[in-house]
Amino acid sequence: MSLVNIKIEGIPYQVESGLTILEAARKCGYEIPSLCAFNHGECNQGSCRVCLVEATGARGLVASCVYPVSEGMEIRISTPKAIEARRRSVELLLSNHSKDCQQCDKNGSCELLYVAQLTGAREKAYEGVHSETTLDVLAPALIRDTSKCILCGRCIARCQNAHGLSVLGFENRGFNTIVAPAQNRSFQNSPCIQCGQCVSVCPTGALMEKSEIDKVDDALRSGKHVVIQAAPAVRAAIGEEFGYPVGTPTTGKMIAAMRRLGFERVYDVNFGADLTIMEEGTELLGRIKNGGVLPMITSCSPGWINYAECNYADLLPHVSSCKSPHQMQGAIIKSYWAKQNGYDPKEVFVVSVMPCVAKKFEKDRPMMEHDGIRDVDAVITTRELAKMIRRSGIRYDMLPDEDWDQDIMGDYTGAAVIFGVTGGVMEAALRTVYYKLTGKEYGKITFDEVRGHDAGVREATLDINGTKVSVAIASGMKSAKILLDEIRAGKSKYQFIEIMGCPGGCINGGGQPYIRPVFLPHEDDDILDTYKEKRAKALYSEDERQTLRQSHKNPQVIELYEKFLGEPNSHLAHELLHTHYEGREAFR
Amino acid sequence: MAKLQEKAVAQIKEICSRYKNEKTPLMMILSDIQNEYGYIPLEVQELVSAETGISVAEIYGVVTFYSFFSLNPKGKYIIGCCLGTACYVKGAQNVIDKFSEILGIKPGQTTSDGLFTLDALRCIGACGIAPAVSISGTVYPKMSVDKVPAIIKELREKEGAL
Amino acid sequence: MIKTVEELNQKISVCTKCLDDKIKGLDNKRHIVLCGGTGCLSSHSDEIKAKFEEVLKQKGLSDKATVNQVGCFGFCSQGPFVKIYPEDTLYRLVKVDDVEEIVEKDIRNGEIVERLLYVDPATKEKVAKQDEINFYKKQRRVALYGCGVINPENINESLGMGGFQGLRKALSMSQQDVINDILESGLRGRGGGGFPTGRKWQFALNSQGDEKYVVCNGDEGDPGAFMDRSILEGNPLAVIEGMVIAGYAIGAQNGYFYVRAEYPIAVKRLRIAIKQAEEEGLLGDNILGTNFSFRCHLRLGAGAFVCGEETALLNSIEGKRGMPRPRPPFPAVKGLWGKPTIVNNVETLACVPYILRNGAQAFASVGTERSKGTKVFALGGKVNNVGLVEVPMGTTLRELIYDIGGGIPNGKKFKAIQTGGPSGGCLTEEYLDEPIDFDNLVAKGSMMGSGGAIVMDEDNCMVDVAKFYMEFICDESCGKCTPCRIGTKRMLEILTRITEGRGTMEDLAELEQLSDTVKTNSLCALGQTSANPINSTLAHFKDEYLAHIVEKRCPAHVCKKLMTFTIDQDKCIGCGMCAKGCPVGAISRTDYVAPNHKLASMKIDAAKCIKCGACISTCKFKAIEKR
Ligand SMILES: Cc1cc2nc3c(=O)[nH]c(=O)nc-3n(C[C@H](O)[C@H](O)[C@H](O)COP(=O)(O)O)c2cc1C
Ligand code: SF4
Ligand code: SF4
Ligand code: SF4
Ligand code: SF4
Ligand code: SF4
Ligand code: SF4
Ligand code: SF4
Ligand code: SF4
Ligand code: FES
Ligand code: FES
Ligand code: FES
Repeated sequence: MSLVNIKIEGIPYQVESGLTILEAARKCGYEIPSLCAFNHGECNQGSCRVCLVEATGARGLVASCVYPVSEGMEIRISTPKAIEARRRSVELLLSNHSKDCQQCDKNGSCELLYVAQLTGAREKAYEGVHSETTLDVLAPALIRDTSKCILCGRCIARCQNAHGLSVLGFENRGFNTIVAPAQNRSFQNSPCIQCGQCVSVCPTGALMEKSEIDKVDDALRSGKHVVIQAAPAVRAAIGEEFGYPVGTPTTGKMIAAMRRLGFERVYDVNFGADLTIMEEGTELLGRIKNGGVLPMITSCSPGWINYAECNYADLLPHVSSCKSPHQMQGAIIKSYWAKQNGYDPKEVFVVSVMPCVAKKFEKDRPMMEHDGIRDVDAVITTRELAKMIRRSGIRYDMLPDEDWDQDIMGDYTGAAVIFGVTGGVMEAALRTVYYKLTGKEYGKITFDEVRGHDAGVREATLDINGTKVSVAIASGMKSAKILLDEIRAGKSKYQFIEIMGCPGGCINGGGQPYIRPVFLPHEDDDILDTYKEKRAKALYSEDERQTLRQSHKNPQVIELYEKFLGEPNSHLAHELLHTHYEGREAFR
Repeated sequence: MAKLQEKAVAQIKEICSRYKNEKTPLMMILSDIQNEYGYIPLEVQELVSAETGISVAEIYGVVTFYSFFSLNPKGKYIIGCCLGTACYVKGAQNVIDKFSEILGIKPGQTTSDGLFTLDALRCIGACGIAPAVSISGTVYPKMSVDKVPAIIKELREKEGAL
Repeated sequence: MIKTVEELNQKISVCTKCLDDKIKGLDNKRHIVLCGGTGCLSSHSDEIKAKFEEVLKQKGLSDKATVNQVGCFGFCSQGPFVKIYPEDTLYRLVKVDDVEEIVEKDIRNGEIVERLLYVDPATKEKVAKQDEINFYKKQRRVALYGCGVINPENINESLGMGGFQGLRKALSMSQQDVINDILESGLRGRGGGGFPTGRKWQFALNSQGDEKYVVCNGDEGDPGAFMDRSILEGNPLAVIEGMVIAGYAIGAQNGYFYVRAEYPIAVKRLRIAIKQAEEEGLLGDNILGTNFSFRCHLRLGAGAFVCGEETALLNSIEGKRGMPRPRPPFPAVKGLWGKPTIVNNVETLACVPYILRNGAQAFASVGTERSKGTKVFALGGKVNNVGLVEVPMGTTLRELIYDIGGGIPNGKKFKAIQTGGPSGGCLTEEYLDEPIDFDNLVAKGSMMGSGGAIVMDEDNCMVDVAKFYMEFICDESCGKCTPCRIGTKRMLEILTRITEGRGTMEDLAELEQLSDTVKTNSLCALGQTSANPINSTLAHFKDEYLAHIVEKRCPAHVCKKLMTFTIDQDKCIGCGMCAKGCPVGAISRTDYVAPNHKLASMKIDAAKCIKCGACISTCKFKAIEKR
């Protein structure tokens, strides 16, 4: 890597060549206000014009997010001209913006508002008509409000990079430009898989998850038995919302907080995850033994399920019939647990805390119920839970570490914890399958990257009693498509495939805390590259700390089968814990 | 996907296949469809998407970017009044206003009988004979407000729509 | 099929003689040529051509005279033109009905049809030959070489006019030498920016790449400019030749023409020319027996002004929305499909064969210190001789407007000339003696742009003109970047307020500030230059802005909201014609009968009047005034 000498505000630095001014400045300890730029060139429109600086060798001001550094360049961020130019760009943005910050759910993590403060933008500097706006609230998981969109294009790039779907695009021209699914339709009528990746990069309140906090409040007020359960990936990230370094697990404090919010029971979805492994592992074994449809594909990511139903209806028989862990656990709470406690299932309300926005959609699927009782009643994201905690005046950092409610669903194994990371479900399942077939423990599976990059396709081959089992994992639909097309063409060499909707899996889900360098001043400057790894590590370390690391060893799961379900894939298990999929009309 | 006639489906597929060997054929495909049908409705874009693998959002973005592409059918006669500088300083605004008045439509709209679409154009390169009006490809030189009624009358008579 | 230099030379000598014979009449024939440019075609030059053929046949003169269509003569406002060789007689404003007479008198009897000759407005004298018309006297044809002389659909005529001699020369030189020639000629881009063409080529030659491209920018978006159209219509092969030379110089194998879809005739002729060049082997593999291969492709624009901007144009060719890309990387490094690419304007490329054929010095000897050669202007607006003119750089505005353009019609007073289109600015009386070149125009607050030159007289409101341009920009902004997308809208809103009498002094201050912001902050030159018309009208016509804002008055009587229509009751004879034509019934009869008149006069109800102006044009007694 060659280095170039530059000066910022007159002070000499050496930086890697090829960096943009913005990136170089970040490395030297300057944060230039920016909006459209995201994660080295993931979105490099150079369009918001908020990051203007002076640089020698260029005529006038340059957009630091797209302008490369060069040898001898002198950069000035703080000249009156540059400061004023940046402020004016923001003021112009605000002049066509709804500016109802006080009602806006994004307030607090809004980059536009932050940049407005930073640049000293006066809200009413320029006034005039606003372009026509659209508020899309039809989709179960997502809200799109163009009155807050700054046309940065980050969402377009993310959807394209993650899934190759290009659900969103620029439409119209000039002042009438919007970012929307084709023909400004609702997400509901688009090929969107509701993963929320676009939400997680949107700098403003233009793309948001559909909040269900109100629903939870109503339930808490209603006198029902309100049970909350949290997915593994949540604990790996929620601390970020309260100022902890990325990758700090704050499980104990999170549990304590949930309890203080008034939930009757606080459960870990890990129990459901262990249950899922029992069911899914058994299903896989069955398929292998009985010549069933192979490869079998995991089913716990609703983002992926949406994609499959719309685009690969012909491959649905490959998808495991298992519900996702929180749906399974919800079904158990509404049946086994309610019975144990002598509650009428109708009086039980289950809230899931998820890293995911697609789960909001999943829980509303018609099949996710039993005898008219919904498995799960509300899904809130990691971000929403943090909001509820803050709202209640709870000082997260001062909370004691508490433990999950232990009564009948408190045990979990390390296998369950790693569900939140890409490859985790696969690894967890194989630990059990391997044991069932060999009676022995399997060490760590190492996956080799085979295709693509950044959360592309990875594969591994295991030797189980002399039989070679080939498995592969993919996250993000762009990578998944590679594997799916192979199956469709009859060329797949795998027996088991794990597919996750979000690149990197649920730790990087659409409902996780926003990763914004400006809001994370104590993180390293490469946090956008490392946060997934750091969150994953939090989960792996928890796995390692567990004494039980295989799902089939979870005593309460064993008890559940003994007392209630019978055995994995039993009739009752099928009724409560399995589902089916239907091809849906594909919007293009 | 809304229903397209079989013939149209076949033809659009044919248009897409014309440019099989081009690296980036979208603009050419859309131009041909626009020329053939006079507009590019969403169903057609969906078909083009299926044929080319380009997402509909992207195609829709392209269609709505270029003023030559239209989402709605246009009239049989497209009256394009140049409002380029050379024409504007010579009174083109009054000419288009007159068309607008007689046809009872605003620029960009089509008459209810589907006969006329009025468009404001930006220079058709006929500045030497400004103000210029182009009606379905025929350029009318040195237009003035008083010539407008006769032109409309003539076209209407030709269509037996008086 | 021309496979070698020798074969080309042979073909050229045959064609040259043929064309020469025709022009000089050595073949004992008369040659009728008609203008087949867009302007003249719109005045039925096609029908006139057919009529000539018919009449000649009828009269048995078919072997005595040929009929041909050529490209634009430039003097479009006087079209359609018919020119007769070898005498070089030029008839203008010809109609189908005139054909009989021309054939009978001129072709059969050699008499000039006097009534169809051009009349000099100053001297009232009739002028028979093209070169003697003032409009043509100061012109010099480099880019327009061959336009209006050769049949653009016949490659032989192009070859007869020096076509492909430039390429022949270039192929005998090294790539670097070709670029050196261009550098030495001082050629600067004619598309607006004026960037030295040789330097652009040098960058592309130095760029590493397995593939490279040449792109010809024929998007010609400046409303009021049509030189690229005329060149493509009049001599498309010259542009093709320029492109092939550029391709050779930088090491490209493929060239793309990007032409507006609004130019069907240009597109058709370009297609024909490409096909003919391919058939002759002047495009394709191993051109003239060398190992240089080059192909031309055609892409049509689809109605977006911003696609004239080179990076937006590349996106458009790539099938995307025409949104400009940030630079660097420049196209010469990373252009079409990420490969090194040069983008050159039509007129720029049309100059290239001339330079190679006649030498860099021949080109550089014309023009000013830093702007060499000639420039084509589209002279339009309030000037007597509207059309395309090609003059040496350094010609003054006065020469352009008065000597060539014949001054302002109807005895009106000159007010300003807008050069550079929506990115340019207006220049007033005091600048009339300024020489026109790239740098001088910029120094004076305008720019060369692509060569649009619109003359305005006292009847034009400069605030309205600024608003007109802002409306254009606002419509054509791609919407990608904040300052241009929103800023131009805000500026338009302010200008609209001012022209409607709702403007304030604070508005004016905000307008100045916005124009500064949009200029410094925008991503591409469309936004960066969008406020130029405002800045230059503010600089020269601040009083007009103030009249609108403070006095609520439009001095030029253009802004409708500030206009009032009144009837002079003493002049009005009460005929009632005005009332009949008023679309909103704003005119009614009073009970006042003016002395000497029989009927009561009329009056206008200002509250109802929509200021359409219909009444003024109906009143034969000039009783209605607008103020
Ligand atoms: C908004 C905008 C519109 C433009 N339109 C044209 C055009 O219509 N034709 C053209 O040749 N260049 C146009 N240009 C300039 C081109 O970007 C580019 O500089 C030019 O094609 C380069 O060719 P040249 O060096 O031969 O002039 C435009 C630039 C801008 C910013
Ligand atoms: S998106 Fe940001 S700036 Fe806009 S209303 Fe919401 S908080 Fe305020
Ligand atoms: S910032 Fe000002 S306006 Fe906003 S809440 Fe506080 S006091 Fe009120
Ligand atoms: S939710 Fe996911 S699939 Fe839908 S638009 Fe956003 S990124 Fe694309
Ligand atoms: S929705 Fe959000 S991410 Fe997408 S363009 Fe608008 S502001 Fe940017
Ligand atoms: S990967 Fe996780 S967060 Fe993403 S859609 Fe699937 S379940 Fe939701
Ligand atoms: S300046 Fe205007 S045209 Fe250029 S990129 Fe910005 S919005 Fe688009
Ligand atoms: S200007 Fe038009 S509306 Fe006003 S009085 Fe005259 S005819 Fe009537
Ligand atoms: S047309 Fe003229 S003269 Fe006749 S009534 Fe009207 S104003 Fe009077
Ligand atoms: S952050 Fe650089 S232009 Fe938007
Ligand atoms: S301005 Fe109207 S044709 Fe050019
Ligand atoms: S078109 Fe005939 S002179 Fe220009």
